[in-house]
Amino acid sequence: MDQGMKIVAVNIEGNGTFAQDVPALAETIKASGAELVLLPGNSRAKRSAAAAAMRAGAEIDTNVVDLELVDGKPVARRWVYRQRIFTTFSRAARPWVIVTDPSLFGEICAKVGAEAVPFAAASGATRTTVNGVENAGTGGESTIKPDAQLLFVAGAGWTKKQADGALHFDEAAETITGFLGRSGASLGSSKSLVDMPEAAAAFKFMSHMNQVGQTGSTPRHAKGLSTCCHGEEPHVVGWRFVNERRAVNLDANCGWAQGKADVVYVADAFAVMKKVNELLG
Amino acid sequence: MSKPLNIVVCGSLVPDPLQTLEPVQTPQGPGLKNEQMLPSVLDPWAACALYEAAALAKTRPGSKVTLVALGPKAKLQQLMMTVAQKVPLELAAVNAPAGGFTDAKDTAAELAKAIQALPAAPDFVFGGCASASRDAGVTLQFVAEALGITEFFNAVDELKVADDDSFTVKERIEGGQYLVSTCSGLPAAIGWATGSLPEPPNNPQTGMMNMRGVMPALMKAPAANVGTGGIAWEKAEVPASKRDTVVKKDMSVEDIAKEIVEWIKA
Repeated sequence: MDQGMKIVAVNIEGNGTFAQDVPALAETIKASGAELVLLPGNSRAKRSAAAAAMRAGAEIDTNVVDLELVDGKPVARRWVYRQRIFTTFSRAARPWVIVTDPSLFGEICAKVGAEAVPFAAASGATRTTVNGVENAGTGGESTIKPDAQLLFVAGAGWTKKQADGALHFDEAAETITGFLGRSGASLGSSKSLVDMPEAAAAFKFMSHMNQVGQTGSTPRHAKGLSTCCHGEEPHVVGWRFVNERRAVNLDANCGWAQGKADVVYVADAFAVMKKVNELLG
Repeated sequence: MSKPLNIVVCGSLVPDPLQTLEPVQTPQGPGLKNEQMLPSVLDPWAACALYEAAALAKTRPGSKVTLVALGPKAKLQQLMMTVAQKVPLELAAVNAPAGGFTDAKDTAAELAKAIQALPAAPDFVFGGCASASRDAGVTLQFVAEALGITEFFNAVDELKVADDDSFTVKERIEGGQYLVSTCSGLPAAIGWATGSLPEPPNNPQTGMMNMRGVMPALMKAPAANVGTGGIAWEKAEVPASKRDTVVKKDMSVEDIAKEIVEWIKA
């Protein structure tokens, strides 16, 4: 750690409200007297950190994936344009609030030797009452598993007419949930699939929260298997942090085959995934 | 009886996601190669916010949706040719650079100024939970703070407003879950995730009606000085990401399944 610079880490967790968290966090930033204030990029911090920084007279940057001190000067790194352009930057203004990628908070704090500072939520006035937490979708157990090794992405192809000229929504749903149950994979989806009202009844185990890509999430899993999804750029920007990528698609010229996946199997995903389920037992 | 709502949606343009983006250095800092030529779309999350705003306005007769957009005037004009066909809206435009390298605080200050210049204070300020350009997810919080709005909800997928203006929201949180909250009244700011509405089809009649107001709004759009703020950009690069894809065309279903299972278990 640079001896001349005070760096603190405020590990804000759990649930809160904007009206109560903003003044409490602003006070924490000011009271710390720190030049750099690190926060984890969880939902609570993302809701309130920007307004708190503004109230505390601080600058703020979010989604930071790396931070280092170069000759005593903090230099941060983050993506812009949805994981397409990687940037390196710094700021002269202090205090500087840096909201890190949530999975990298501990690592970055350790790297720059940040001192932990407690955050105590205020009990000020708010018109908001937190009622509780519920799973996305209506299919019972959550299909989003951030800790899973494998991301399984379903595209709109699962809802297209099959070789017999008929739609097979229930069969598709059974195959997908069967695979999730056997493999422990986390479920991702293309926007076109979750946007499809006619498939909603059969696919009630997924919601817009499962969406991966341009308007969805950018999950971090070691492996990703895409099925019935074309691998166009808006899909693939959500795969930036998925290391090993395979796809099953009937189109040998789909986006995945253009340098975006390691292996593309040109085959019918219905048949392949049913067989995979059999083999997984 | 429920009253009409004044809903402001903050949203601007981003490069069409199908375009290839290449960073270049400009006298003003980093930018995109051929930025002026790149086709633009309404920022996807802001678009979700706009469609949700229009759907909410429909439930309260007399409600108004105002899109407050900051961007280069000429590009905004092009963008509005499509966006104006989607839902009934009014436009308040600010002529300023918009992109992944501009400072969110400057942008938010100009948006707040434009909202304050509207004839009536907003009941709801909507926007996307982040942009597809800077992707910082801070602009709407800055706007709420500047406007003195104390109730803000982020990454919202569902909003249900009761006749007495109390409302329930579902915000995305960790692990595929929603935080469900109730707010007893307005004003409030909502950073939308995708919501649940599909993109409305183009309606030329809506477009013609909207354009009567959109063109004058663009004509009188004030110019604003939005730049990189206090950020010192050192490097902007596109990482090499092209893989040597192996396309397997002639394998049987059984062999593919076996290979996938082995790969999963490895």
